[in-house]
Amino acid sequence: MDNKIALVTGASRGIGQAIAQKLGQHGAIVIGTATMQHGAEAINQYLSKANIQGMGIVLNVNDTDQINSVIASIREKYGEIEILVNNAGITRDNLLVRMKDEEWDDIMETNLKSAFRLSRAVLRAMMKARYGRIINISSVVGVIGNIGQANYAAAKAGMFGFSKSLAREVGSRNITVNCIAPGFIDTDMTRALSDDQQQSLIQHVPLGRLGRSEEVASAVAFLASSAAGYITGSTLHVNGGMYMD
Amino acid sequence: MENIEQRIKKIVAEQLGVKEEEVKNESSFVNDLGADSLDTVELVMALEEEFECEIPDEQAEKINTVQEAIDYVNSNAGN
Repeated sequence: MDNKIALVTGASRGIGQAIAQKLGQHGAIVIGTATMQHGAEAINQYLSKANIQGMGIVLNVNDTDQINSVIASIREKYGEIEILVNNAGITRDNLLVRMKDEEWDDIMETNLKSAFRLSRAVLRAMMKARYGRIINISSVVGVIGNIGQANYAAAKAGMFGFSKSLAREVGSRNITVNCIAPGFIDTDMTRALSDDQQQSLIQHVPLGRLGRSEEVASAVAFLASSAAGYITGSTLHVNGGMYMD
Repeated sequence: MENIEQRIKKIVAEQLGVKEEEVKNESSFVNDLGADSLDTVELVMALEEEFECEIPDEQAEKINTVQEAIDYVNSNAGN
């Protein structure tokens, strides 16, 4: 991935951070996005610490105008984006019977519509370049469902249909579109669960432990690499066997 | 300054990867110049960029030949 330009959303911590670092280790120029300035600064810090070219940038993934201006500034500084990782995501867990419209809508906007917005924004340059890698970070929850996460599961499942359709649309331009479906990964998001919840979840993982962010990042790096050039419309499950396709 | 016809033929040739002399006024993008559906969409977007206009989808669908593109630009943008 030498000097390929990668955009990773939600890169200030967790899986996004691991992905940005991993792509950088493989030689990519990495632009990581965060919702807040201190998040962008955190990205700058870990990138420069690892001698990775690129930068952190503030981006609200729900704002099309902001997306376009951020991409324009990346173009000016580095060039066209060749690898897009749609990783930004939030949770608004609630049992469906109690779920507010806002809890549903927030998740759809940030976790699903953002992938549409970002992909659309980078696609034209990829089509012209006859090269592109779009990798959408979905979730095992989008495959098997989860109590309290009907909204999150719906958005993550939506990514599969989105990716497969887009993969068909732009395959002739040598652009691949794939999903990663992480299982139960050790991040701030899963640390919010109680010990009891964590233990009962691990019981369903044949490998008997939480996954590490770097293990998700490795799968992303593979799909972003030239080695994965004939894989499109696929989902790579990184879940310790929690769900087997 | 090139005229609209020349500018359009240049864009069509570039976008579809054909020689400029192959691009005739009556050429159909799909039937004569080998465009697929994504090519025609890219072509419309390239025209929008070149002539700084927005071509609505229902109009874009009617632009199937070089001449139709010229006519559209002449009557709608033409700057």
